[in-house]
Amino acid sequence: MDKKERLFFHTLRFPLYLWTIVFVFVALLYIIGLSFMGRAENIGVDGQFTLENYARLSEPKYFQVLFNSLKLAALTTLLCLVIGYPFGYLMARLKPGARTLVLMLLIVPFWTNSLIRLFGWRILLMGNGPVNTILKNMGIITKPLKLLNTEGAVFLGMVYALLPLMIMPTSTAVEKLDFSVVEAARDLGARPLKAFFTITVPLTLPGLMAGCVLVFVPSMGLFFLSDMLGGGKTMLAGNLIQSLINSRDLPMASALCALMLLVTALVLMLYRRVGGSAGQLSLF
Amino acid sequence: MSEIRPFLRLENLCKDYGQGMVLKGLNLDVEAGEFLTLLGPSGCGKTTTLRIIAGLETATEGRVYLEGADVTALPPEKRDLNTVFQSYALFPHMNVFQNIAYGLKIKKVQRAEIQQRVAEALKLVQLTGYEKRMPSQLSGGQRQRVAIARAVVLRPKVLLLDEPLGALDLKLRQQMQQELKKLQKQLGITFIYITHDQEEALNMSSRIVIMREGSVEQIGTPEEVYEHPETLFAAGFIGQSNLVHGTVVTAQENGEMTISAEGVTLPAFSEKHYRPGDRVVLCLRPQRVRYGSEPQHGLDLQGVILEKEYSGGMQHTHIQIGERLVIRVISQSSELDHYSIGDCVHVGWSIRHAPVVFDDPAGEAQ
Amino acid sequence: MKRTSFGSVLFLALVLIFLYLPIVVVVVYSFNDNPARIPLEFTGWTTRWYGELFAGKGGYADALILSLKVALWSVGLSVAVGTLGAVGMVQSALRTGKAAKADSLLESVAILPIMIPEIILGLAFMVIFDFLGLKGNTLRLVTAHTTFCIPYVFLSVKSRLVSMDTALFDAARDLGATQWRILGDITLPLCAPAIISGAFLAFAMSMDDFVISFFVYGVGEGTLPLKIYSSVKTGVSLRVNALCTLMILAVFLVVAFSQYMKALRQRKEALLARS
Repeated sequence: MDKKERLFFHTLRFPLYLWTIVFVFVALLYIIGLSFMGRAENIGVDGQFTLENYARLSEPKYFQVLFNSLKLAALTTLLCLVIGYPFGYLMARLKPGARTLVLMLLIVPFWTNSLIRLFGWRILLMGNGPVNTILKNMGIITKPLKLLNTEGAVFLGMVYALLPLMIMPTSTAVEKLDFSVVEAARDLGARPLKAFFTITVPLTLPGLMAGCVLVFVPSMGLFFLSDMLGGGKTMLAGNLIQSLINSRDLPMASALCALMLLVTALVLMLYRRVGGSAGQLSLF
Repeated sequence: MSEIRPFLRLENLCKDYGQGMVLKGLNLDVEAGEFLTLLGPSGCGKTTTLRIIAGLETATEGRVYLEGADVTALPPEKRDLNTVFQSYALFPHMNVFQNIAYGLKIKKVQRAEIQQRVAEALKLVQLTGYEKRMPSQLSGGQRQRVAIARAVVLRPKVLLLDEPLGALDLKLRQQMQQELKKLQKQLGITFIYITHDQEEALNMSSRIVIMREGSVEQIGTPEEVYEHPETLFAAGFIGQSNLVHGTVVTAQENGEMTISAEGVTLPAFSEKHYRPGDRVVLCLRPQRVRYGSEPQHGLDLQGVILEKEYSGGMQHTHIQIGERLVIRVISQSSELDHYSIGDCVHVGWSIRHAPVVFDDPAGEAQ
Repeated sequence: MKRTSFGSVLFLALVLIFLYLPIVVVVVYSFNDNPARIPLEFTGWTTRWYGELFAGKGGYADALILSLKVALWSVGLSVAVGTLGAVGMVQSALRTGKAAKADSLLESVAILPIMIPEIILGLAFMVIFDFLGLKGNTLRLVTAHTTFCIPYVFLSVKSRLVSMDTALFDAARDLGATQWRILGDITLPLCAPAIISGAFLAFAMSMDDFVISFFVYGVGEGTLPLKIYSSVKTGVSLRVNALCTLMILAVFLVVAFSQYMKALRQRKEALLARS
């Protein structure tokens, strides 16, 4: 490569390098740095190195929420998998026209503001909202059930909000699968279910893993979800961070973010380890 | 035509992609106006050589001279060479006219001249009237022609062709071979052509460069490399041969010699001087071997017919000479129909048309 | 393709109903003529919430304009930065034969914004903007949104580039084009579909973003999602329903239009292939 070419490539890459280094790399380093400092009066930090923020993570009020948040994230991922994988599979097996229609039907809610959709659930689940009204009219219940502002509602909201993220990569993976391989397994005597679990699942595993990462990682931080459906109770790590920021305890908030970053890194490393590629994590 | 000789010279080209040397000190002189083919199995470095000539790749070591001038460091846009790519590399978002005109536009040629030269190029490849078509609307053969037109419209000094017929079916390939040959004569420019298909190389080239593992194995006219392979690799790569491994028993000053192979003593001839005890290979073209009830070509050899099969108008016969030596013979089927398996026949060949090369365990790998 | 069984159709339908249930509720309630603070009883049809949508104090016009302004700026910036960066990385790897170490390292950092929980970025932007003295809500929002929009454009363009026949660039160079010429004549036109789809996604993500905007934005009503959040957190305002219905309609039209264009293009190609 001659000088002119090298200059050309440097010029093209420069803005991306600059932007990424300042607003991603330095920004993330900055909060990691903050997490090792003490809290000072009015907003700031005191600039003294301390591990106290991390020590405080074991306090029940933090630990409880973190544990709960991880548990909810894991359950959400599991339920999304149970619903999303069959959906993605069946969708990929549809005739092209029908598949396009279903894909379109999936894209619309995905592109619709997530607050709007959660707002719909809020109406649905209210004490005298449609769900309770219908149940009452059908004679199943006499008194309205408390649906809104429960952990169940938050769980429902999380599955609802993140389900498309599971469906997309799994259906892409199934679509790419060469079904003659499955037919070969059937031909060799495997029953449909056996063929599914020994051939289809292993071959679509990368898409499935990508779906799990895409669901699990964001689920830890969706604080507005528990605001809207959980009645503001602190249920997710995200709520904790938000309330710490509100009370201007930036070092502690940073420590929680750093912890979340660590969990994300571990998940991504695990994902790489089982053979996942970063490319599969980009949805489109 | 330029009088500077050699027209194009490659001097000690080396290329290392970081996983071992792809080219190991390649030297090659190309004459003006010739149709030179680089022939070799995949991985032998022929495409790398072509890309270095084009300037698309930089050699790790060595120099490239075009008409006596050192062009080693010149970027491709400053070299009067153009390439026809294996995948054609037609710009999918431009129509045929725009594809062919692209190089001229970059050279800032006047619009009227562009029109005229593109029309000429299209006429040359018999695609007049296809200006507005998009590449996706063309057949493989038509894309091939557009790729050629796009390259020759710039009137390059050398046209580089990287397996241009590889993606076409057999019939179309044979037709395009003839057209390319005609085109080269018509344009009078140097063609450097890459292929791994020895038949294609024999059909089209004025000279063939047989390449092996990053260096030149043999250079010669199609006839030379076919009739006089210098190495076992060349003999095995070009055409079909019975490769008879043996040891030199006697060797005379005039080139006549005898070889002991599989328990049989065979007469042979070579202009190279071998010594008794040398491990050699006798290359017998199946088409050059005769058999019948009389001694053939004055050789006193007899054998038994082991197998006969009919294939495409030709008779393929396996004849066993002595205890272990089996050679394959191809002949016109009508001539020798009356022999059957188990018959004893005289076998022979012209020893001047059966080259002897040094044995080379690595050379026969393919 | 084998025939789809009734069971699987039912399953697909049920999940889709689940996905659309809240959307339908929002749309239906937007026509509810009930002025109560929590108007759950359906008392009649009206379109007055649509009429009041942008009117007067508490209207959504300002928020919508801010959202659009931020989204357009962020998409523009991220398309420029992301596209050029992807082209630079892929093409230079092509020329040297392998990806530069720095490039692959930077790439994994650059796509972090869409890999990590949003709230981390929200806090990170908040503190780094304060540190850098970045003031002005629009500037802060645009900077933050651009950062998380870049990966969408970058990945979209990159995946297009690596699937392209590299001989096209060789051919252009062989015909005399400099790198700048190749960029304008070959690379960008061929990447256009990827740039457009990346831009659409980035636009949707910017319009949808709540978490990051929430932390970056100072005082005031803010972008549309911020305003929606503050107005629905307490009760149910049917004006929000009207707004949401319009936004869903917009999304639906865009998706339908893009599918229609795709079908049209495919039909045209099929027609051309036959001729």
